[in-house]
Parts: sequence; C-alpha cells; structure tokens
Amino acid sequence: MKSLAPRLLAAVALLAIPAGASAHRQWLLPSVTTVSGTDSWVTVDAAVSNDLFDPDHMPMPTGGIKVTQPDGSAGEIRNAAQGRYRSTFDVQLDKPGTWKIGTFATNVSGTFKLNGEDWTVGRRRGPPPGAGAGGPGAAGPAMAGRPAGPGGPGAPNAAPARSVATVADIPAGATDIKLSESISRNEIFVTVGEPTDTVLRPTGKGLEFDPQTHPDDLVADEPAKFRFLIDGKPAPGLKVTLVPGGKRFRDEEGAQELTTGADGMIEVKWAMPGMYWLNVTATDARSSTANAGERRMSYTTTLEVPAP
Amino acid sequence: MRTTPFLLLGSAIATPAAAGTVTVTIPRLNVAEYHRPYVAVWLEPEGGGPARTIAVWYDIKKGGNEPGTKWLSDLRAWWRKGGRSLKMPADGVSGATRAPGRYTIPLPRDLRPGNYILNVEAARETGGRELVSLPVAVPNGSGKASGRTELGPVSFSR
Repeated sequence: MKSLAPRLLAAVALLAIPAGASAHRQWLLPSVTTVSGTDSWVTVDAAVSNDLFDPDHMPMPTGGIKVTQPDGSAGEIRNAAQGRYRSTFDVQLDKPGTWKIGTFATNVSGTFKLNGEDWTVGRRRGPPPGAGAGGPGAAGPAMAGRPAGPGGPGAPNAAPARSVATVADIPAGATDIKLSESISRNEIFVTVGEPTDTVLRPTGKGLEFDPQTHPDDLVADEPAKFRFLIDGKPAPGLKVTLVPGGKRFRDEEGAQELTTGADGMIEVKWAMPGMYWLNVTATDARSSTANAGERRMSYTTTLEVPAP
Repeated sequence: MRTTPFLLLGSAIATPAAAGTVTVTIPRLNVAEYHRPYVAVWLEPEGGGPARTIAVWYDIKKGGNEPGTKWLSDLRAWWRKGGRSLKMPADGVSGATRAPGRYTIPLPRDLRPGNYILNVEAARETGGRELVSLPVAVPNGSGKASGRTELGPVSFSR
C-alpha cells in the first residue's frame, strides 16, 4: 500500500471532474462578484446539480478549491462546510483587485491488460452496490479513497475489482495501455474596487478562458466578448453553453449555445440580468501524458450580469 | 411636467465661475423602514469617455467591520462607470447622506464646455434604486428630468 496522501489527492481530482463527464452541472455560486469597501468577504456555494443554481443533488468537495489573490499569490478558503446538497466556503477579500477562486483538476484514466485481464486506471466508479443513485455513498470522499490496486483488488464490493488509482500504479508487464487525459477548470472571479487582469493571464495549459470583457465588468445591455484558448492559442469551433440561473421562475431553460470563431471568440448578448453558468468542452489528441491518445478539456465559470 | 422653481441664486453667487448647477430632489417616502439613500451624481461625455463624479453621498461616518463604503457598489451604474476607481472619501466630491429635500450642486469650475450626459443614481437600504439621466450642454444649457421612485426632479441650469 502506498501512502495515503497521493490517493486522497487523486480522489479530490476525481471528484472535481464531473462537470464534463455527466449531465449534471458543477457550479460555484459567489454571494457577490463586485465589492466596494474594505474587509469584505465572499461566501460561495459549491454543488453539482441539473438546474442552476438549485442545490438538489450533490455537494462539490471543497478540498480542491484554490484561491488566487489579485497579485497572483495563493490565498485560502475559510469556513468550509459540506451539506447534503451543497458545500459552502468563504474567502476574505483583503486586497483590492480581481480574485480567482476555483478548481484546476487533471486526471488520467483508461484501460490496460495484465495477464489477459482487463484493468482500469483512474476511473471514477459508480456508487457501491446497495447505495441508491445519489445516495450518501455516491458523494462521500470515502468512495474515491477506497483502496484498490494490483496487490489487492480492493474492498469486496468495489466494482470493477481490477482497477488502479493512477498511471503510476500501472504494474510492469501491463499491455494495451490506452489512456485519456482530462483537464478541467471551474473558476469564479470576484473584484474588490477596480478590476485587474493578473489572475486572468493564461497559463498556456489546456482549455482556458481569455475574456476580452472583464468577467466582473458585465452589464445586461452590453454584449461581452470572451475568447477561449487551448494551450495558449485561440480555439475556434468550440461550443460554449451559457445557462441563466433561476429556471424555477420561468418556463424555458434559456440556455444559449455559441460557437467560437476563428479567433476563438464568442460575443454574448445577455437575455436578462442574472447569474449565468458558462461551460465549454473540447477534445483533442495533444495530451502531455505518454500513451494518452485523447485529451478532454472542460472550462466552467459563473458570471454575474447586473441590470444596467 | 410641472415647472420647478429654481432657488439657485445663493449658490450661483457663491461660486460665480461654476460650469452650471445640478439640482437633485430626494423624495419623502412613506415606508416602514426608511434610510437615507446613497446618491451619486456624475457626468459622462456625450460621445463616450471617462465619467467624472460630481458628488457622492454615503454613510461616511460608519466604520468598523462594515464601513459605509461597503454599500457604494449598490450604486451599480456609478460604481461601474467610475466609482470603483475613486478613493473615498474624495475631496469636494463625497459627503454624508442627505435627508429628503432639494439640493443644489455646483459643477466644478474646470469642467470643459461640451455636451454631457448627467446621471443621478440613488440606492436605498431596504429600498429601491433608480437612475435618472439627462443630456446637458455645459455651460449654457438647461434641462430637467424626474425620477419616479427613489428620486424626484433632477435639473441642470447655468
């Protein structure tokens, strides 16, 4: 058995993925995105659900949440708590400028053969037998932390039994290794005073949000321009989904799907003021991991669009 | 629209070189819980350009964990147009909240002649928010508009 820490990290990464992997939407909902004054805080709800922003399915684990302060240095979340349907946490906004709060998760999953048997790597497994869909077992960190490895096929009720947690656990002698890398981001932006750009600078890794209109400078009667990059280059032809919150109070979902142009840009016209969930996914073959034929990327953010 | 009598002589005499005078009316409201509104007055060049804040009335004395500046962003149009880049308190610009009544505000002497949009925005704790805008020609123009809920008549004159 290897040490527990890497496994827990892998577990967090796995749990932070589902946005792109299922119909459920993973979301972060800040209490505020535009802040005046000093010593302000933002409190954030984090959950996975179908309707935005109604917590009615699973809480999002807060272990993978990172805070980037306006100067680019790391900050911290406070008062994290996990409820049945949502997690909450706070960030003390003690510096002026734009803060970034969210997850950046990478994961490699796939299959291989060992002695003629099929094995899986890094797969997020379904709920254990006996747990109903969406039951407590499905969300608890205990699930992904369950030991599993070549040396012992894991707990008796683990399914599938032949599974290893990470690429590093693939035993020597494995054949037919087929891997897929996933990179996902789910971020929100909160600005104290004047918006700044330090936390928006692209890193050049995976699918990134490169807004031409600052995400905390939106208003319902002005179109916004957002660019998306893959490995730092404009990404044309991506489908970007925008869903306004509050579906319970109207008939239609109101989602819009926009496709990035040759310059990787979309122009969004807001149907109404409110909080919007934005998601874009992309798949290519340019993984940095050996043996990974496919790379799946996902970017998610929540935008506040005030009335004029 | 009802003609509003102008009582601006005192102000006009005190600041003869002002580029004009703005009159703002805060209405008396019959509500269970009343707090004086936060108010911002600013000018934007008609053809676009940086906004110039003329006046901001907020709870300048409230300190502690939740100082009066905490709710400045409730004046959301002003905050976005220029409030967020001002350091508070701002000399000659910021002041305490005002009770219901009519107030005259001289425009700064160094305001360049030209066409502007005059904006007055009010936001009230446990109440509403309203923005009144009207085009004004500085220095010789005049104009008036009126709010419906959080603001009464707003006017500009030389």
